[in-house]
Amino acid sequence: MKRATICAAMLLFAACAPLVTRAQNPGTIFIQNATVLTVTHGNIEHGSILIRDGKIAAVGADLKAPEGAAIIDATGQYVMPGIIDCHSHIAVDGSVNEAGPAVSSMANIADVLNPDDIDIYRDLAGGVTTANILHGSANPIGGQTVVIKLRWGKPASELPFQGALPGIKFALGENPKHSNFPTPPGVTPRYPGTRLGVEEVIRQAFIEAREYKKQWDDYNQRKASGEQNLIPPRRNVQLDPLVEVMEGKRYVHAHCYRADEILMLIRVANEFGFKVRTFQHVLEGYKIADEIAASGAGGSTFSDWWAYKMEAFDAIPYNAALMTERGVIVSVNSDDAQEARQLNQEAAKSMKNGGLSANDALKLITLNPAIQLGIDARAGSIDVGKDADLAIYNRDPLSVYAVVQKTLIDGQVYFDRQRDIAERATLAAEKQTLLDKEKKAAEAKKAEEKSDKKPETKPDKKKKPPQDDGGAVESGVAGGLR
Amino acid sequence: MKILNFSSRTVALVLAASLAIPAWTQNAAPTSYAIKGGKVFTLAGAAIENGTVLIRDGKIAAVGAGIAIPADAQVIDASGLEVYPGMFDPITQMGLNEVSAVSATLDVSELGDYNPELVAATAVNPASAHIPITRANGITEVIAAPGTTGFDLQSGGLIAGQASAFNMAGWTMDEMQINRSVAMVINWPSIQTRSFDFATFSIKEKPYADVKKEYDKSVNALGDWMDRARHYAQAKEKGSPALYERDLKLEALVPVVQGKLPVLVIADEARDIRNAVDFCTKQNLRMILGSGAEAWKLKELLKDKKIPVVLAPTNRLPEQIDTPYDKPYTEPSELFAAGIPIAFSSFGTSFSRRLPQYAGTAVAYGLPHDEALKAVMLNAAQIFGLADQLGTLEPGKIANVIVTNGDPLELQTQVRYLFIKGQLTSTDNKHRELYEQYRKRPQPAR
Repeated sequence: MKRATICAAMLLFAACAPLVTRAQNPGTIFIQNATVLTVTHGNIEHGSILIRDGKIAAVGADLKAPEGAAIIDATGQYVMPGIIDCHSHIAVDGSVNEAGPAVSSMANIADVLNPDDIDIYRDLAGGVTTANILHGSANPIGGQTVVIKLRWGKPASELPFQGALPGIKFALGENPKHSNFPTPPGVTPRYPGTRLGVEEVIRQAFIEAREYKKQWDDYNQRKASGEQNLIPPRRNVQLDPLVEVMEGKRYVHAHCYRADEILMLIRVANEFGFKVRTFQHVLEGYKIADEIAASGAGGSTFSDWWAYKMEAFDAIPYNAALMTERGVIVSVNSDDAQEARQLNQEAAKSMKNGGLSANDALKLITLNPAIQLGIDARAGSIDVGKDADLAIYNRDPLSVYAVVQKTLIDGQVYFDRQRDIAERATLAAEKQTLLDKEKKAAEAKKAEEKSDKKPETKPDKKKKPPQDDGGAVESGVAGGLR
Repeated sequence: MKILNFSSRTVALVLAASLAIPAWTQNAAPTSYAIKGGKVFTLAGAAIENGTVLIRDGKIAAVGAGIAIPADAQVIDASGLEVYPGMFDPITQMGLNEVSAVSATLDVSELGDYNPELVAATAVNPASAHIPITRANGITEVIAAPGTTGFDLQSGGLIAGQASAFNMAGWTMDEMQINRSVAMVINWPSIQTRSFDFATFSIKEKPYADVKKEYDKSVNALGDWMDRARHYAQAKEKGSPALYERDLKLEALVPVVQGKLPVLVIADEARDIRNAVDFCTKQNLRMILGSGAEAWKLKELLKDKKIPVVLAPTNRLPEQIDTPYDKPYTEPSELFAAGIPIAFSSFGTSFSRRLPQYAGTAVAYGLPHDEALKAVMLNAAQIFGLADQLGTLEPGKIANVIVTNGDPLELQTQVRYLFIKGQLTSTDNKHRELYEQYRKRPQPAR
């Protein structure tokens, strides 16, 4: 096992190193002669984008490249805002679920970001620049979440999207009530086991959080009024994030399927005076789109997933379009490292299923998720002043035939298809050298030791275990549990 | 390229039109149709501008330009539209899997490792909601393959059973069936030291030596089964009932060892594929490779042994951390260029409707468009020995025909008319009904 693991690790290093050095010094970049899909103000034929210090400085049809600017010639190509994936589990080291307690708000995904996850690079190569990295859905109230940019090659500390509000994962339905996998023998099933219990767990947690908040508010008030010798309330790391939710400092991203449980959470949120920022999956959102729109929550859904579990049996591929029609801000997300690589294709399906315009389809993976994550002043469209997070395709990205050529984040080229292809031979040769070297070393060692060696084990290469928790899943490519 | 833009109104009109088509029935009149005025892609020659496809008694009667239309034929105006053979998804769990997480709705994986006598057709539910949903996207026939879950949730067994081909409309499986037994499914054992254990929700590690031992045991057992089937066939040929006891499992393997029924071997890793090819060569079995994520590493071998590949969904992650990021996308074009017959497949049920998307993605990464069409319409029929009945628009074949408003591989293309076994078949389905129903929901009172 060691051999392959070491090789993989070294290769990873080798693969990222050249990209990093080349992607430094944003400076001034000029993308010229492209079809620019701004999303907010139409498409510009033969358009150009001027990037300065990582920001979009100008967009238009008659721009001139400034002296000394690095030119990206995009003749015949399409530039769109970098794709924003509102539901992702990439870049997480180990399990995405702290599945012990039913309220795991003390756990934070931001603490376990893994910048070496190859899926960061793969999704980047699919035009994704920003992802909402969520805790899993094992618990009614799950862990804290973080929005990252896919800055491949940078350390974990440089992945988070600076200024984006943190979030927390909630989960309703089959997953938190553990419907779709057996409780191991000898283990007491965990409460809750019904949707009734899921509501109770969330309400109870917020009743406690409200009390806790009151203690702190009182303390702070008395302290501010000059009282001496006060003892502060005991810090509770489980309730702190819930207080932030009530104060509007942390977004709730709630995994949900059925209409009834969505309405339940809207009621509970009203009771405790907070807002659900996004309903995730929300596959029955189309049944109660008016109520979701009135609550102010966004809907982040799949294109055409259905029937992988009971609560997904009424899912329809018209969901995104129908919710949009009723005034919900809708995004199409991946929940899966592969699906993220094809979000442009998934968005396009809403033109066929429900008749969205091309621009509205693009919004599903750009501006709308940016709004949902509260980063629309910085990302989600090609507008002056926004971060230069861009995806360049060889043709209209809403075509199945479109291929990402380059992906830029903060004005830096983090993925370049031609460069990737050109480097393959070098990498293969490097791998062979390492393999040979290691083989030689192993043989030498063997000759030296001449003793029984431990049985070899092989590393995990094939199917990844499911990242999310919950139901069983259908076959094939998108094998995670939703 | 121009993106087709449907307004909501257009969609409503299309829906209304589709609802006006009576649901298929076996006794419906007329039995004769003329699809005229469209561009006809027969897949058996050049496309025919302004062509006509005549359908009679479930079969294609004639195809060409300027064909006389019989008086009794219902005329379908395909002006401005395109006419193709229906799409064929050759590895699915269609009708055997309604809701993946609900075991009561699953008939995919039987207990035990060796079940050659099981036949998918036995349990295909003709009323499955998946069937109308899938055919609305242009998939007119599929193969249901037992034991191919594609996910380690349940083991499908090593010899999982016989795969069945059927049309995507009909009152009963008898009416839908094309061929009850088109292949014997073998899930090739794989040496995996790490596996996900659902009981404990954690990754389980086993020592390599143990796993290798299990693997060798499985492969030896597969060989034993084939040997026994051969002996059984010999005994049976001698004709004396005293010489053998009837054994359904061995009986089912007889056509396999006689080379009459191909084996559909599901394998992904290069090592496993190579071992499976060796095995089938030694055992003289007709092998079809299913999935083949690393088939691109063995192009010479597969070409040399004339082994066709039913491709795992193009839209998937690379196998290894250092596999080029686009390898799953380029694999179809690489195999095609090497002269290996390929067919696209969903390996699923709810994603069967994604079949054209998988082909389209492969075109984006180098597969010629006309070859991609063949790989979703014709090649599977050839690979599974059904090309005399399916795959092209030629007289005498089953009239599984789709009429589209554009490139069938493109994401926005709609199927306007659907013919299955020569019957004009509704594209209505559960999803559209729910859409229509909830679209009409009045604003709730505040």
